[in-house]
Amino acid sequence: MKTPIYFDYSATTPVDKRVAEKMCDCLTTEGNFGNPASSSHEFGWKAEDATNQARKDIADLINANPKEIVFTSGATESNNLAIKGVAHFYKKKGKHIITCKTEHKAVLDSCRQLEREGYEVTYLDPETNGLIDLDKLKAVLRDDTILVSIMHVNNEIGVIQDIKAIGEITRERKILFHVDAAQSAGKVPIDMEELSVDLMSFSAHKIYGPKGIGALYVGRKPRVRLEAQMHGGGHERGMRSGTLATHQIVGMGEAFRLAKEEMAADNERIRMLRDRLLKGLDGIEETYINGDMEQRIPHNLNISFNFVEGESLIMALKELAVSSGSACTSASLEPSYVLRALGRNDELAHSSIRFSLGRFTTEEEIDFAVSKINDNIGKLRELSPLWEMFKDGIDLDSIEWTAH
Amino acid sequence: MAYSNKVIDHYENPRNVGSMDKDETNIGTGMVGAPACGDVMRLQIKVTDDGIIEDAKFKTYGCGSAIASSSLLTEWVKGKTLDEAAEIKNTAIAEELELPPVKIHCSVLAEDAIKAAIDDYKSKK
Repeated sequence: MKTPIYFDYSATTPVDKRVAEKMCDCLTTEGNFGNPASSSHEFGWKAEDATNQARKDIADLINANPKEIVFTSGATESNNLAIKGVAHFYKKKGKHIITCKTEHKAVLDSCRQLEREGYEVTYLDPETNGLIDLDKLKAVLRDDTILVSIMHVNNEIGVIQDIKAIGEITRERKILFHVDAAQSAGKVPIDMEELSVDLMSFSAHKIYGPKGIGALYVGRKPRVRLEAQMHGGGHERGMRSGTLATHQIVGMGEAFRLAKEEMAADNERIRMLRDRLLKGLDGIEETYINGDMEQRIPHNLNISFNFVEGESLIMALKELAVSSGSACTSASLEPSYVLRALGRNDELAHSSIRFSLGRFTTEEEIDFAVSKINDNIGKLRELSPLWEMFKDGIDLDSIEWTAH
Repeated sequence: MAYSNKVIDHYENPRNVGSMDKDETNIGTGMVGAPACGDVMRLQIKVTDDGIIEDAKFKTYGCGSAIASSSLLTEWVKGKTLDEAAEIKNTAIAEELELPPVKIHCSVLAEDAIKAAIDDYKSKK
């Protein structure tokens, strides 16, 4: 077993070797290097065939029509295109948008930009389990609401929003519904025939495809219109210009094809590993799982070890590649905005660790992680004045701290 | 973020971890920071009748740099007079541990901790 062990599959995944091989075939003179838009010769036709196959493989995973897939550079661009594209196109209809405080920054910052342009945005508070109360969503819908943007699976806490129910609410009011599915595609079954979702963002690198490529599903029934963000040769039906990156698209297509084939088996194995990890941490007191445990992908375990600061724990767990909910690693001292939105107090938010498991996680790796965590939590708590006070029965809230 | 070897050394082998009885008159306790900010440092000093710090203990909740700053501080204050200890500057700690700019506040906290511990000791006299 090689260390460090990768437990950060929600950040990115390695490219599956089968995907990498297909990509390599689209680069050199011997390969399929043509421009898919070159309609005058065979190099172009072959490249177009390859991107069409990929478009079909992506559409197949979500039971959509290939014509509804628009390639972008990734989920960030897809989110920008969906939100700003819809807002700009439909601005005469209304200028109100609804999203949630726990969305990815690509959604939140797109909304912030629209606010600067004169739009009004409602940021819903999730419940303490990370899920949205549908009644609270209904309550903020307005006649001038043009778009609701809610993610399918949260990147930090892995909870699954009920996008079927939300879609029914928005469709009835003829409000467009955008879903950021970067963290759910290939992990949660998605059937666009059954969902009333108008726009959906995808990323390749979260499911064993390459970085730098993503897609936006743009529904045709009912037809969704967008104002393009990127202008040029009119690729992707005018919604996103730029030469199609054949190798990237082929990689994404193959990753999505494999995901469709292997999702069920992968999920079952990963669930077993997640349960093994959870059971291994069972003996540690004062731990709190962040986010609902039922409506959740098995790939994610976000857990707060009370009285231990997240960054120091990550340092102790240097053989494990995990991420901290605490943003102390950046210049800001703010803990995770997602955990704060759940109402977690700052201490617990500062003490959180996200483990994310994936296709290549093994039982041996889980067992190694369990033993490392158990060894180090005790050591760090011995160092922690908060732990000592907790053990002495002192209420930490009763102390006047000197905030800095 | 990459830590300097000195931070890693103090983090993995922290010096002078522990507690002393805060009610003793020859013990000064300084607790600074806040859980909400992600770091709390508690520094305790044991002072002889002629004003020399003969022992120091710490406990810190915080990142590796905060733990290292307080660990280093306990080494530095031992054997110093109260006046000498009060002159320890955060910049010296930051320099010794090669703290990056985003971790300077850890050294500031350590300076605050020794000042608070000295004040606590003096207030008991």
